Amino acid sequence: MSIALLIEQLLNGLQLGVMLFLMAAGLTLIFGVMGLINLAHGSLYMVGAFACAAVAAATGSFWIGLVASLIAAAAAGAIMEVTVIRRLYERDHLDQVLATFALILIFSEGTRWLFGSFPLYLDIPPLLQGAVPLPGGGQYQLYRLAIIGVGIVVAIGLYFLISRTRLGMRIRAGEADREMIAALGVDIRTLYTVVFALGAALAGLAGALVGALQSVQVGMGEPALILAFVVIVIGGIGSIKGALFGAILVGVVDTMGRFLLPKALALMIPAAQAGPIGAALASMLIYVVMALILAFRPSGLFAAQS
Amino acid sequence: MKKIIAAGIFGLSLATSGLAYAEPVKIGVITTLSGGGAGLGVDMRDAFALAMKQSGNKDVELVIEDDAQKPEIAVQLAEKMIQSDKVDLLTGIIWSNLAMAVVPNAVAQDIIYLSPNAGPSALAGAKCNQNYFNVAYQNDNFHEAMGQYANKDYKKTFILAPNYPAGKDSLTGFKRYYKGELAGETYTQVGQTDYAAEIAQIRDSGADSVFFFLPGGMGISFMKQYAQSGVNIPVMGPGFSFDQDILPAVGDAALGVKNSASWSKDLDNEANKAFVEAFQAEYKRLPSVYAAQSWDTANLILSALGKASVKDKDAFRAALKAADFKSVRGEFTFNTNNHPVQNIYVREVIKEGDVLTNKIVGTAFEKHGDAYAEQCKM
Repeated sequence: MSIALLIEQLLNGLQLGVMLFLMAAGLTLIFGVMGLINLAHGSLYMVGAFACAAVAAATGSFWIGLVASLIAAAAAGAIMEVTVIRRLYERDHLDQVLATFALILIFSEGTRWLFGSFPLYLDIPPLLQGAVPLPGGGQYQLYRLAIIGVGIVVAIGLYFLISRTRLGMRIRAGEADREMIAALGVDIRTLYTVVFALGAALAGLAGALVGALQSVQVGMGEPALILAFVVIVIGGIGSIKGALFGAILVGVVDTMGRFLLPKALALMIPAAQAGPIGAALASMLIYVVMALILAFRPSGLFAAQS
Repeated sequence: MKKIIAAGIFGLSLATSGLAYAEPVKIGVITTLSGGGAGLGVDMRDAFALAMKQSGNKDVELVIEDDAQKPEIAVQLAEKMIQSDKVDLLTGIIWSNLAMAVVPNAVAQDIIYLSPNAGPSALAGAKCNQNYFNVAYQNDNFHEAMGQYANKDYKKTFILAPNYPAGKDSLTGFKRYYKGELAGETYTQVGQTDYAAEIAQIRDSGADSVFFFLPGGMGISFMKQYAQSGVNIPVMGPGFSFDQDILPAVGDAALGVKNSASWSKDLDNEANKAFVEAFQAEYKRLPSVYAAQSWDTANLILSALGKASVKDKDAFRAALKAADFKSVRGEFTFNTNNHPVQNIYVREVIKEGDVLTNKIVGTAFEKHGDAYAEQCKM
């Protein structure tokens, strides 16, 4: 095992973490501000990927597609909030889970109806194609580095938005005491719609970025959604900082587990068995980590005050 | 007047008795029409329905239902079709885990099941059944062919498949015929979308080639990421990851890749030409290997219906086993375990104008059966 391989795997973990952060940030924001469990967050991720693929195919430009994905996901999120989600804030979590699960089915079949059953094509823009050399003699895919960059920019942007702007102040106030900020004359309904659209746009961005790496197909959002839930549970529900640290922890642990566990097992048992057993253990690893963290910090690493 | 009526009634009774001979046949089609794997099921259904339509056989009625790629739904649908729809035949399942859930139970109730795709090793060996006909392949077949092919050019192959029964069948099949050294053997998660960690290991392994089996969206993700990673080691795989349903989504990254399948659109026989032409005319897209297998399944059923009544199970099974139909795969016979004996070809991904497709570049096996037939006691 060379240093180059280790660096490459660490970057892979970081890139997966950053992608998860984009999903988890919106999810945790929506839960923190509105107390809503949104299972359909993965559908917004899918909407972003399909919008990007369709617009990129029509215009020939990935960048226009990327802008379209932000707009489409934010619009889908806003419409979803106004028509369905708004009625769920006062209900208990079971009703929210049922209603947003129904939204998953509606989005999936609606997308199939519009785009058909076959996966769409979305390629990496020419500017970001290929690989760049790494210190230690390895190579790394340029596009993945760009995703890491986007994630860092979004994290910094969210930090400023929440700590330095009027909207951010209202979001924080909304998390702390809903009734009070409504009594102070803040239009809480609009605030909720804006927060929901913001979270949706972040999910759409993640979908579009990842769509160029993998296949753009119906149902692509749900696996990412499960990981995003693990991230926000580890990070502390409602905390953006927790989402960032949780996402990077999950990304790195998952990647390194997939890489190192089969190798470690191969030292102890025959290689033919080490492969499948190691792979099975690696797929459990992040859940084991989650269980351990919850055992010691039941409300996550950076629990929001409640 | 009375005589005329009597003659009329007599004539009618003759006509109805004539109809009674060509009795209606109900075929239950359980396939995946929603979710990530729907592309495969849609191709299966479309080809099957088109073959039935073209035959002009008015007695066949299709009951088509969506299993959503979930074993429990497939089991419920099979029960419903057997108990309340009273289907004579079942077919349609794409995925091996669904086939394992449905087939043993259905054939035990004396329902004949014809597989247009899945071919798990358990059903080919000890658990084979006279009511189970596989018209596609045994799961290991395409992988065996790639292992055989790899011997020609490669000495150190890195192999990769998802961690589930068909994935293990796949690597077992490859290793059964591959004589070189393995640079690595990795199992990935089912439904995995990011292969950066695996690609890094491939880069580090010193392999001279990569063999992977990643069906559906998994293969698309892998190929796109591999092409951008800067790794230049040649890849190969079974035809599933390079078929007509996913090539448009993979794009030029797939060009030149060698893959194995029992069928290709350029296979030179009359039945295949007619099939490709009819499918394209009807659906405005090229057929996949799933469509081809499904077309053959439909035509096999039609050939058997022409020979025997579906109610006479023994005669109908014998008529199926004769495989007296024009397969789009050329020569096709059934082995002792009711699985195909057929040629497996090596194909290469090429571009015809703007369309990515496959052409045959070699034959890995001629008249190839499977490794499990000996364990089948029928």
